Amino acid sequence: MRLPGFRLTFGFTVTYLSLVVLIPLSLLVWHTFNLTFTDFINTVTSRQVVASYRLTFTATLLAALTNAVFGFMLAWSLVRYRFPGRRFIDAIVDIPFAMPTAVSGIALTTLCANTGWVGYYAEKYLGWQLAYTPTGVYIALTFIGLPFVVRTLQPALEDLDKDVEEAAEALGATRFQTFRRILFPAVLPALLTGFTLAFARALGEYGSVVFIAGNIPFSTEITSLLIYTKLEEFEYPKATAIALVMLVASFFSMLFINLIQWYTSKNN
Amino acid sequence: MSIEIINVTKTFGNYTALNNVSLVIPDGKLVALLGPSGSGKTTLLRIIAGLDVFDANPKSDIRFKGKSVIGHRIAERQVGFVFQHYALFRHMNVYQNIAFGLKVRRGKNWMPRQQIRERVTELLHLIQLDNLERRYPDQLSGGQRQRVALARALAIEPQFLLLDEPFGALDAKVRQNLRRWLRQLHEQIKLTSVFVTHDQEEALELADEIVVLNQGKIEQEGTPDEVFHEPKSAFVMDFLGSVNLFHGRIEGASVIFDSKTAGHRPIFVRPHEIDLFPENPNTGGLPTKVRRVQLAGSIVKIELQDESQREIFVELSHEKYNVYNFGIGDTVFAVPQRTVVFAEYYSI
Repeated sequence: MRLPGFRLTFGFTVTYLSLVVLIPLSLLVWHTFNLTFTDFINTVTSRQVVASYRLTFTATLLAALTNAVFGFMLAWSLVRYRFPGRRFIDAIVDIPFAMPTAVSGIALTTLCANTGWVGYYAEKYLGWQLAYTPTGVYIALTFIGLPFVVRTLQPALEDLDKDVEEAAEALGATRFQTFRRILFPAVLPALLTGFTLAFARALGEYGSVVFIAGNIPFSTEITSLLIYTKLEEFEYPKATAIALVMLVASFFSMLFINLIQWYTSKNN
Repeated sequence: MSIEIINVTKTFGNYTALNNVSLVIPDGKLVALLGPSGSGKTTLLRIIAGLDVFDANPKSDIRFKGKSVIGHRIAERQVGFVFQHYALFRHMNVYQNIAFGLKVRRGKNWMPRQQIRERVTELLHLIQLDNLERRYPDQLSGGQRQRVALARALAIEPQFLLLDEPFGALDAKVRQNLRRWLRQLHEQIKLTSVFVTHDQEEALELADEIVVLNQGKIEQEGTPDEVFHEPKSAFVMDFLGSVNLFHGRIEGASVIFDSKTAGHRPIFVRPHEIDLFPENPNTGGLPTKVRRVQLAGSIVKIELQDESQREIFVELSHEKYNVYNFGIGDTVFAVPQRTVVFAEYYSI
């Protein structure tokens, strides 16, 4: 059966997508063409820029992985257990969503600087400097990514059938086997979605990172910051060139994660 | 006496789901726990399985083959449990679902892959789904899913098989076929089985023995024949098939319909045990008006209304109906052929 309204829906979708996504992105490419090819290569492969890619992608990946693990545990506790203060904790999860990123950034910096509550003890007893190091970037990216994992996992965990768990138990599976072979595979697609969202968000994050990072060239400069710096120097083509590289890289990262997701959901 | 339930009570807060229930499930039999919703039948099944725990009481016990299983989890009790909504593992195919109980075995119970394959193949054959082992549950019909759930429960070679509303989620035709198939399967493997149902027809057709539950108590237990023809209470009479309630006295062979004078009692009559006459016979009939006649089916179902607007249901054979051929609005006289009177009053 053919559903009516296909042309209208499709036309609207394409127009909207063009206005919001494709036109701005094509301008990005357009602007970059103001550079010669050599300039382009020099810009995007300069040591400072390459260092920023490395930091951005490493910190983003680590942050998203951390969130996948701890976000899973948090969502699990919130869904499966009833304890006093559960609703309160549930509400707190949304804070990174709701707070202006600059505010989060300043708060985290205050906390993690060597005079802050956390930073002071981390440096005194563990010898770790948190603020103004790559660790700081990682902390900020973890902070902003957490709700994505928790909020995508919660409905999936709530949907788990009590019967299915009891069935596994009846068949002699231990609690760990039930978790590993029944529950985890059932929520894996949701976990991957949460991971992807956290990853995507962290990749482009700016506000919360710039304060805690300290923006030391070759060490704690993230790529978004470099783009911003180039803009401030009125080097628009160079800014768009770096942005273009980020765009392509994030596109392929997303594609890769989506392939994994497609593969796991195919078996579901 | 393969499963013994002794003085089991289960309360949820203020609500008593099972009230001091004692029951023996005989070896090799297919037993139905029959009752309306809230009668405690599923709770009883879950307690037998070890999925729920009954209220602690030194007089209460559950014994499997003479041994108490108190404190044993479902896996230790070695029972096969079939869930109402199948509870299949959606991310596993049919083969993996059935093999699950064997694959999770560790230590001395560990099973080599080849042996698992043999066992699963055998079970797939038993449930007549030999070619569907690679299908996922979403790609199966309701009846097929139910059979997979059954095979999965049987894979672990349970001592007993427990089924919670096994046909509840299926449509009428599939349900009938599956019922017959399950009956045959039971005769083939002779595994002591208990199933829960609210469908009296299902219980009558399938079970060797029926346990009728109501409000957390056992009303009656016996063969389908016994509970149907010799109900011990008005509840059982009403629950197993439809029934008409009259008020009156029984004098000799005839019934005096009279709800006004003292000493009248509720009289129960099954729809197929009422005869209808166009003229009032000597024995005295109840004058009624025909409201509806349903001819489709193997019997004719007639709906009558007496002077006090009470509805009476009658079932006649087509032959008998064709003799009188009542039309809607005609006056007919109802004469009970067989009546049941209980000591204890029960209103329906």
